[in-house]
Amino acid sequence: MSDERTPNLPELVERGEPRSQSRRRAFDRGFLITCLAITAIAVLALGVLLGSILIEGLPGLRWSFFTEYASRDPAKAGIRAPLWGSIWVASICAIVALPIGIATAVWLEEFAPKNRITGFIRLNISNLAGVPSIVYGILGLTLFVRMFGLFGPIQAPELEIGGRLYAIYYDTMQEPIRVPAAERGVAPELKTGDIGYVQEIEETPDGDLIFTDRWTPVTLTIVPEDADAPEGYGIIEAWQAEEPADFEIERPWYYVQFPFGQSVLAGGLTLMLVVLPIVIISSQEALRAVPGSLRTGSLAMGATKWQTTRKVTLPASIPMIMTGSILAMSRAIGEAAPILVLGVALFITDTPSSLMDSFTVLPMQIYNWTSRWQEDFRALAATGIIVLLMVLLAFNAIAVLIRQKLQRPLS
Amino acid sequence: MTTSSPADAGPVVDAPARLAPYAATDQVAVIETMTTTPPAPTTDASAPAPESKVCIRAHDFNSWYGDFHALHDIALDVPTNQVTAFIGPSGCGKSTLLRWFNRMNDTIPSARAEGTLDLQGTDLLSSRYDVVDLRRRVGMVFQKPNPFPKSIFDNIAYGPRLHRSYTRSDLAELVEQSLRRAAIWDEVKDRLNQSALGLSGGQQQRLCIARAIAVGPEVLLMDEPCSALDPRSTAAIEDLIRDLRHQYTIVIVTHNMQQAARVSDRTAFFYEGRLVESDETERIFTTPAHRETEDYVSGRFG
Amino acid sequence: MTAAPHDPAGELFELANRGRSRSRRRRDGGEAIIKVVLAGCAAFSVLITALIIAILAYEAARFFMDVSVVEFLTGTEWSPLLGEEKRFGVWPLVAGTLLVTLVAAIFALPTGLVTAVFLSEYAPAWLRAILKPVLEVLAGIPTVVYGFFALLVINPSLQWVAKVFTGEELFGSYSAGAAGIAVGIMILPIVTSLSEDALRSVPRGLRDGAYALGSTRFDTSVRVVIPGALGGIMASYLLAITRAIGETMIVALAAGGLAQLTVLPWRQVQTMTAYMVQIFLGDAPATGVEFKSSFAVAALLFLMTLLLTLAGYRILARFREEYE
Repeated sequence: MSDERTPNLPELVERGEPRSQSRRRAFDRGFLITCLAITAIAVLALGVLLGSILIEGLPGLRWSFFTEYASRDPAKAGIRAPLWGSIWVASICAIVALPIGIATAVWLEEFAPKNRITGFIRLNISNLAGVPSIVYGILGLTLFVRMFGLFGPIQAPELEIGGRLYAIYYDTMQEPIRVPAAERGVAPELKTGDIGYVQEIEETPDGDLIFTDRWTPVTLTIVPEDADAPEGYGIIEAWQAEEPADFEIERPWYYVQFPFGQSVLAGGLTLMLVVLPIVIISSQEALRAVPGSLRTGSLAMGATKWQTTRKVTLPASIPMIMTGSILAMSRAIGEAAPILVLGVALFITDTPSSLMDSFTVLPMQIYNWTSRWQEDFRALAATGIIVLLMVLLAFNAIAVLIRQKLQRPLS
Repeated sequence: MTTSSPADAGPVVDAPARLAPYAATDQVAVIETMTTTPPAPTTDASAPAPESKVCIRAHDFNSWYGDFHALHDIALDVPTNQVTAFIGPSGCGKSTLLRWFNRMNDTIPSARAEGTLDLQGTDLLSSRYDVVDLRRRVGMVFQKPNPFPKSIFDNIAYGPRLHRSYTRSDLAELVEQSLRRAAIWDEVKDRLNQSALGLSGGQQQRLCIARAIAVGPEVLLMDEPCSALDPRSTAAIEDLIRDLRHQYTIVIVTHNMQQAARVSDRTAFFYEGRLVESDETERIFTTPAHRETEDYVSGRFG
Repeated sequence: MTAAPHDPAGELFELANRGRSRSRRRRDGGEAIIKVVLAGCAAFSVLITALIIAILAYEAARFFMDVSVVEFLTGTEWSPLLGEEKRFGVWPLVAGTLLVTLVAAIFALPTGLVTAVFLSEYAPAWLRAILKPVLEVLAGIPTVVYGFFALLVINPSLQWVAKVFTGEELFGSYSAGAAGIAVGIMILPIVTSLSEDALRSVPRGLRDGAYALGSTRFDTSVRVVIPGALGGIMASYLLAITRAIGETMIVALAAGGLAQLTVLPWRQVQTMTAYMVQIFLGDAPATGVEFKSSFAVAALLFLMTLLLTLAGYRILARFREEYE
């Protein structure tokens, strides 16, 4: 189609100034080197990060670190409380978040019709995944810790299930005596001959005297206010008998109070909020990875959608769901901001033994130690970080193992 | 590339003026023209008889994918400015050989080749030869049309911009001529700035052809260009190939024997990695020399 | 006696029919219940969002009964804890958040994209097999660890660098820059991972087409693959920025506690999240205006991340329809 007036294609091609081949090659080379360098920098950053932590923290990694509680003396401090707190909180979080999250993913992927409402739900989950974790802390604070104030203040919960209420009195020996009470704030009527309970004391091998968990009954003697009140266990002066010094709840493991307060349950539920979108999204991806041919094959045999899901789709996606869930849990363990907002005390020296006990978690303790001025506490923080990273590494390793062992080709 | 008359035949020592900018690089070899043979009869009697200089030459050529010996002792001459068709059953190696012509197999880590493979006398396999320049001279159109997610204009302009810098008007003219030459200008002239992905399959393939010729190659490789298209688009592209062949050396791999018969001047039949027979198309389809060729073209296996 | 012909199909039919057929009504009924339960779980996520919005709106409203919205949104001084003259202009906090995020973005967005290009276009398979797990590990590190790193390694290093190059003590013990770099390291795996996914999902045919025209690897990566993956790359950027804005522990530890309006990265700043930490860790009474101010800040923060997420959604959808 070459015309006299319109130049033909090869001439048009040659109108341009040729570019230097060596420059193009130099660019290509240069870009490769830049990519390599930057990737190396990223890896280097990771190396420096881990290296500095190991240097600071390894010396402190002794067995006592795991068995000691926090203390004002850095040399004696340990992470026993945060470690167990993290375990409790992560377990509660998993028990609640995984079923709800996987069920939501199943519904979205297998059952949900394609309309605007379900589109809105998906958008909503994407949004939840981007919400800062501290906002979930606020939600947890209002919803679980305070429960909107519907059950009264945290210090005096209005609804208590399973606990035994005691009123505390002090006898003339200055020992606390517990007397069963019916209602908080209402003093039980004490008469001589009533039974009270004192805490047993025993001596540790070091020679210290500590309180045990055992209580011995003691008969009470009420004496009128008198300067000559004899000293003795169970002897309570009348004026003291009228108003208990304090009320206390003995909490078995099944005790629940409303509002939850700064309890392990509240912490676990708050973390559930943080982790739920992650579980949903990763479960969705796991379900999507199952080829459609498996589903259609099952449906073609006359199975219902739920039967297909339960017997074909879900089992096929279990390895990926498990991997995703484990990684979501490892994210939960590392979160400090929501726990912080809940108002958890910074100096906890006990491990939780019931759902309502107070707690602290590893990242909180690390934050606490890091923000102190003394050098020794910073070394402690580094040691704590090493423990936290070891736990996370274990989680990741389990996830990888599951992926390798259980993953079978699906088509 | 303009066809030169037989009077220009003979060894040329200096690179022609058009390649002068590239002569500075050490990869450009001397251009050699082979001795001419009498022009082969074409299926279209009215077309001027093309010179049958050899454009691509393969000799003792072997290639492997890892341990798999894909091509065995290939000896083949691809004549200049004619359409050569590679035919054969699936897995016979025709696409593999095609991809060695522009060293696209370099993107496959396990691929390697030994032997002689020349483009106009230049050794293609030499590691000193600039692959980028080779692909400027040898263009390729793929089985599945692959326009870039850019505007139609930018698709065509992409190749030329890589190798040269153009003024805006020159580039616009180049794009227009490429689209005209690929018989798609009228359909897209009003939407040059729209995404190329909005075109139909047949249009996209013609766009890819336009894109390939905009770079000014000597050779056009086509790897089953119509197998993903409907019959009408196929016919349009076959017309295009016939139209383009006097300017470009075209090698087309095709599963469709009738297409090979319609479109090509020479045909090469491959089977299990070997070149069984290579001759003028008419002879291959009427009086093939080998039994396997005859079995294949008559449909006894495939 | 002729034997009965062997009828395997008939035998199979008989065997299959020996089982007790399940009641279809019970099965359908059970199915309906399951669907309701599953849908309920999905509705739970909507409930969460509704609760967040309700609580933040309510508490913010209570705050705005004491402090004017105008002062909050336009004021440039934030000093809620100083005695009599309490100022509640939120801009210092917002500026602090944005400054830290900007430093993080400058560090992480180009680096992440380049690393992703390297992994996707250049790296051989064995190198990718090493680097991808490294990225996953990086992505899982808790933010307190980065906070520790920022406070105890990055900031002193910046102090030393500033001293050497300018001779001045530019950096104090806390700085927006140190926190910003740490946040950048934290979001780097997100950018790299998501961008690499986007790059790898560019169909192979496009790369082939580019190489066949005489492109170098640089040409192909920069002129064809990156533009082809632009939607996914933008989405990864937005996601990373959203994480950076919401980051709490790093800034609480390393960015400082002084809410000042500044663009200089060596000054200390207080971000929105760090202020919330300060309030919730402190002794401010729950009825006081300082305590309520943290809810207003939280509401603003939630709004910002909501807008970013929506924008990301829209961009992804638009790229998908343009290039599909």
